[in-house]
Amino acid sequence: MACYLTTGKHMGLYWSFGTVLLLLAITAPAALAFGFGGASAARSKIAPLRWFGKGYIAIVRGVPDIAFFLFFVLALDIFFEWVRHEIKCPDWDQEIWQGNDFVVCDIAKLPMNNAPQWVHESYGFLLAVLTFAIVFGAFAANVLYGAMRAVPHNQLETAEAYGMSRRQVYWRILVPQMWVFALPGLSNLWLVLIKATPLLFLLGVEDIVYWARELGGAKTPRFTDYPHGDWRMWYFLGLLIFYLAFTRVSEIVLDRVMRKLTHGQATLAGEAQRKAA
Amino acid sequence: MSCWETIADYSLRSIGIGERALPREGFTLCQQFTLIGSGMIWNVYFGVLALSAGFFLATAVALGKASNNVVIRKASAWFIFLFRGSPLFIQFFFAYFLFLSLKPVSPIFDPFTSAWLGALIVLFLNTAAYSGEIFYGALQSVPRGDIEAADAYGMTGWTRFRRVTWPTMLRLAWPAYTNEAIFLFHATTLVYFSGFPAWQQKGDALYYANFFADKTFNPFIPYPILAFYFILLTLVIISLFGLINRHLNRHLPEETRARIKLKLNVIR
Amino acid sequence: MKKIILGSAALALTASMAFAGSHSVVRLGTEGAYPPYNFINDAGEVDGFERELGDELCTRAGLTCEWVTNEWDSIIPNLVAGNYDVIIAGMSITDERDEVIDFTANYSQPDPSAYLALDGADVDFDGGVIAAQAGTIQAAQIASSGATLVEFATPDETVAAVRSGEADAVLADKAYLLPIAEENADVAIVGEDVLIGGGIGMGIRESDTELRDKFTAAIESMKEDGTLNALIVKWLPGSATF
Repeated sequence: MACYLTTGKHMGLYWSFGTVLLLLAITAPAALAFGFGGASAARSKIAPLRWFGKGYIAIVRGVPDIAFFLFFVLALDIFFEWVRHEIKCPDWDQEIWQGNDFVVCDIAKLPMNNAPQWVHESYGFLLAVLTFAIVFGAFAANVLYGAMRAVPHNQLETAEAYGMSRRQVYWRILVPQMWVFALPGLSNLWLVLIKATPLLFLLGVEDIVYWARELGGAKTPRFTDYPHGDWRMWYFLGLLIFYLAFTRVSEIVLDRVMRKLTHGQATLAGEAQRKAA
Repeated sequence: MSCWETIADYSLRSIGIGERALPREGFTLCQQFTLIGSGMIWNVYFGVLALSAGFFLATAVALGKASNNVVIRKASAWFIFLFRGSPLFIQFFFAYFLFLSLKPVSPIFDPFTSAWLGALIVLFLNTAAYSGEIFYGALQSVPRGDIEAADAYGMTGWTRFRRVTWPTMLRLAWPAYTNEAIFLFHATTLVYFSGFPAWQQKGDALYYANFFADKTFNPFIPYPILAFYFILLTLVIISLFGLINRHLNRHLPEETRARIKLKLNVIR
Repeated sequence: MKKIILGSAALALTASMAFAGSHSVVRLGTEGAYPPYNFINDAGEVDGFERELGDELCTRAGLTCEWVTNEWDSIIPNLVAGNYDVIIAGMSITDERDEVIDFTANYSQPDPSAYLALDGADVDFDGGVIAAQAGTIQAAQIASSGATLVEFATPDETVAAVRSGEADAVLADKAYLLPIAEENADVAIVGEDVLIGGGIGMGIRESDTELRDKFTAAIESMKEDGTLNALIVKWLPGSATF
């Protein structure tokens, strides 16, 4: 049993938990950044920028994430290689699209063909992070956009009355004040993000679902030292517990953060805290 | 073959009406649009039924979570936690396994392993849990004054709930509930993608998009078509829910209406 | 966002520092879920008929090879986009695939497909419910017959469906089904073998004729000295040799 649980494959499974956590850790701030950019763009005074921001939010939110995942990574990959190709190989005389093939010069390949495997894997991982960030950035943008509009207007007016410029009002009042309004939406989004990670295997990252399927599938003694029937049920049960526990921990932490943030705020919850104290 | 013929042959293919054999060559844009659109029938079917049935269970669960009875409260809270805390992907997987193992017990369970019923049940429970949490939150923020006013009118029990608490709860929950509806429709694409098998190549929009991506080896046409359909669907949902929202808020003066909408944008 | 761009820039940098050169490393893409052709062994590495074959071919062609796994669904788009150079994943040579990519010479005879059903079951192959993995030549074959096709995402699920009674039988490569039938008393190969496809070959980008010729030459040399037959006997008992 102990041997079974420590085969190279199981090590792959354990590693993939780390991969998922790492992905979440990188994606969350990245998505927040995308969301912040999108929300700021959508509020912009410059019309094209505003259209871009609103279009980004509307389109990405309108499409199921799974549809994005199915072609977006490939598209990003091709796009990056094309950009590098244009920069690095200006005197390339062949077509980039040869029939069905996408061919760029060797040094434009990303990563290089002869790069070690871990580079390829981290590149794939980065593409996955970027895709996740773009998708969830749109949702975050929607939340932040709402939150920016929810900041009480009189606070902004007061700031203006103190002689702050538009920029200063934005950075010193609006942005710090909006978080308390954004947090419920963002924490919901965080929970949704956690639950989107089983789709990672679509992005070519060997995640926990990939390994659970691989390990759980029926094995015949010819190809393994540990033959067994269809055990996917048990592996998926493990995943289920992992996700439930992760959700629970997140909920507790987010609750604490919310309590900190509402402290001293002019909201119902803040009022309640003040009274309780 | 003209595009009209394609539409005649394939527009209802996903529910088994029309040409049996899927296209084998050519794979024109028209074919892709028609078949993927045909698959949307299933996405709409799953979405609409799960949402409308889930609405009632969600109300019950929300009330249950707010109930004074410990057993009901705990049961509702656990139901919500279980379905909100786990990925839908894994829920589908377990449901399919469960229904498969129930199958030998009695022939009653036969249809449960097909997507039209089995997946519908999962989606129904899933949306009930998510909406239940939203409704619960809204229920907690129903203004005390409203309830007191109802009391003053001599309303009690069921009447008070039906005429005061419930409409207010809906009004407060609506923007977040709209989001949930959008998420649910998106989630319907997972049905044939995990667990539930496609019979006789009758599947949803993603199934056909996948089919074309597989046949043409080019993912850059079918998936954007799928995306296009879903953007349309999302717009329809947003406007329908917007209409209901207007109806729910019809008694409020114009200005307050706008303000309430703003504030509630942030619940989800 | 900035972080990510910086990150990929750093990656790009390390990548360009490695020495360039056409195909100094050839990347072999496989599925890793289709024993005995290719699967992930206990150590978490690609193993199977194609692993051994691929390594030998690379040695003969004087190439350094590296193995990667990819979902079956997107295995061709990723080849075409250049994420690896070769598909070696039990892929039958068909006309449709040949339009998009090139194939080397086949390294297995047209492999019979077979039906697997519950032992002793009487299966109606033209009107019953037959399971197959989505996107395989077998799925296409059933769809064009009179039988009711049920598609699953992975080969594992197709076999599970037969056991649970969801499907009457599963149609898949015989080499895949045979070990399952041998080691499980409840299922057996039924009916006659079905011949689909033109044997299994390595898939290579159409623009990559040089690589294709190298591998074809290596395959031919293995055919001639009998090493390929030895591999087939070892991994695919019951399959026709050259």
